[in-house]
Amino acid sequence: MNSLQFIIKVIVEYWPYLLRGVGYTMLLSISGTIVGFAIGLLVGVVRSIPMPDKKNALWWLLKIVNTLIGVYVEVFRCTPMIVQAMVIYYGIAMLTGFEVDRLLAGFIIISINTGAYMAEIVRGGIMSIDQGQFEAAHAIGMTHWQTMVHVIIPQAVRNILPATGNEFVINIKDSSVLMVITVTELFYYGKIIIALNYRAFETYLVIAAIYFILTFSITRLLRFIERRLDGPKTYDILHSGTSAEAVVEAMALEAKNVK
Amino acid sequence: MLSNEAIVEVRHLSKSFGNNVVLRDINFAVHRGEVVCIIGASGSGKSTLLRCINLLEKPDGGEILYKGQNILEGNFNTVEYRSRMGMVFQQFNLFNNHNVLRNCTIGQTVVVKRSKEEADKIALEYLEKVGMSAFVNAKPKQLSGGQKQRVAIARALSMQPDALLFDEPTSALDPEMVGEVLLVMRDLASSGMTMVVVTHEMQFAREVADRVVFMDGGVIVEEGPPEIIFERPKMERTRTFLRRTLAS
Repeated sequence: MNSLQFIIKVIVEYWPYLLRGVGYTMLLSISGTIVGFAIGLLVGVVRSIPMPDKKNALWWLLKIVNTLIGVYVEVFRCTPMIVQAMVIYYGIAMLTGFEVDRLLAGFIIISINTGAYMAEIVRGGIMSIDQGQFEAAHAIGMTHWQTMVHVIIPQAVRNILPATGNEFVINIKDSSVLMVITVTELFYYGKIIIALNYRAFETYLVIAAIYFILTFSITRLLRFIERRLDGPKTYDILHSGTSAEAVVEAMALEAKNVK
Repeated sequence: MLSNEAIVEVRHLSKSFGNNVVLRDINFAVHRGEVVCIIGASGSGKSTLLRCINLLEKPDGGEILYKGQNILEGNFNTVEYRSRMGMVFQQFNLFNNHNVLRNCTIGQTVVVKRSKEEADKIALEYLEKVGMSAFVNAKPKQLSGGQKQRVAIARALSMQPDALLFDEPTSALDPEMVGEVLLVMRDLASSGMTMVVVTHEMQFAREVADRVVFMDGGVIVEEGPPEIIFERPKMERTRTFLRRTLAS
């Protein structure tokens, strides 16, 4: 048998393993990216709260929270995820005496790791928004929170989508390091298949191809979402005579555009 | 139109950026229905004064009285106050993520909690007033500078404020677009809107203002009706400034 035949054999014979591996990999990377994104947003918004002039209770609270956030971001950005996985997984086991569910542990590690990177990405996204947008929102009476929700975050999120896509792709690939705590993702199943068929090269080639297909289709999907978020490049000029008619016309157009 | 009721009164206001003193001991009042134009060279502190009135800059000292209450005191509801003071910026600052209509309704629904229907109705009324009601679906980046500024004026008006503050509203515009914005502002002035306008448009100040304030070096040098300030200014600094600007 030549290599090509072995490659086909890997796919035909072990597809349930591969499929399950893909499932775990995608589950971990999707949920990890979403939760990490949420952590990053929250951290980014908290960090953007302006410090009060006086050293009151709020000042101290912000100071403490910001310091903790700083520690979190730096610790998780400055250590390898493979080491974080070991420390957290065995650490929890040692401290509590319980063995944590491996999938759960993997999910937690990916999420807080992504969160640390996303926190910096969100910070950059918020910084990229023109100061005039904050001022205009404050000038019509919005609070910091309302300004963030209605004006800044939507624009910042659009700006950081490419970087978020990057994180997603990195998570698909880097979730493979979670096999050190025996999370049964795609790479882990690759090792199992090799233990059964003794064909390392062909098996890893198949695994590599699957990773490529996953990441490539995800990047295309994200580009599509970006274009959807940007909305139509053109707009419709209304011709109604009165404002009441214009509202009706505007709503009809809005409904059309949503579809 | 003019009444004696002061909408905002500034007393002994001072502001520094580091050791750069931008405003010193400013005393100034705006009355209901009045159009005040603030003129002066760049760096004279006129924009900073306007931004202090809207609390975009925090004054270092003095008082700003609104309805007889000092808004610089700790427990004052500054959010509500800001919603009562409309602001129009040099750089328009329309919300880039929202279309024209939403730009004019977002403050109404989020800050003063009007219903969507009511907010749409009010917004369209003012968009019509500035000649932009046909563009409700457009995003800010699809508009020209003059159109953006007219939408920004409609956005400020939609909050139905006590006064409108204009911070050099035509300085970032191409020359052929200045006219359309000034026209809208003239209309507003004649409809009795209270306005404070920081401007380099001397012609506009002369024709529309009820009162002109000349600032230089962080102080109000002279103020009075436009015919006095432009024809017979008392102070030498005012004369020098006007000679230089009107000559060019």
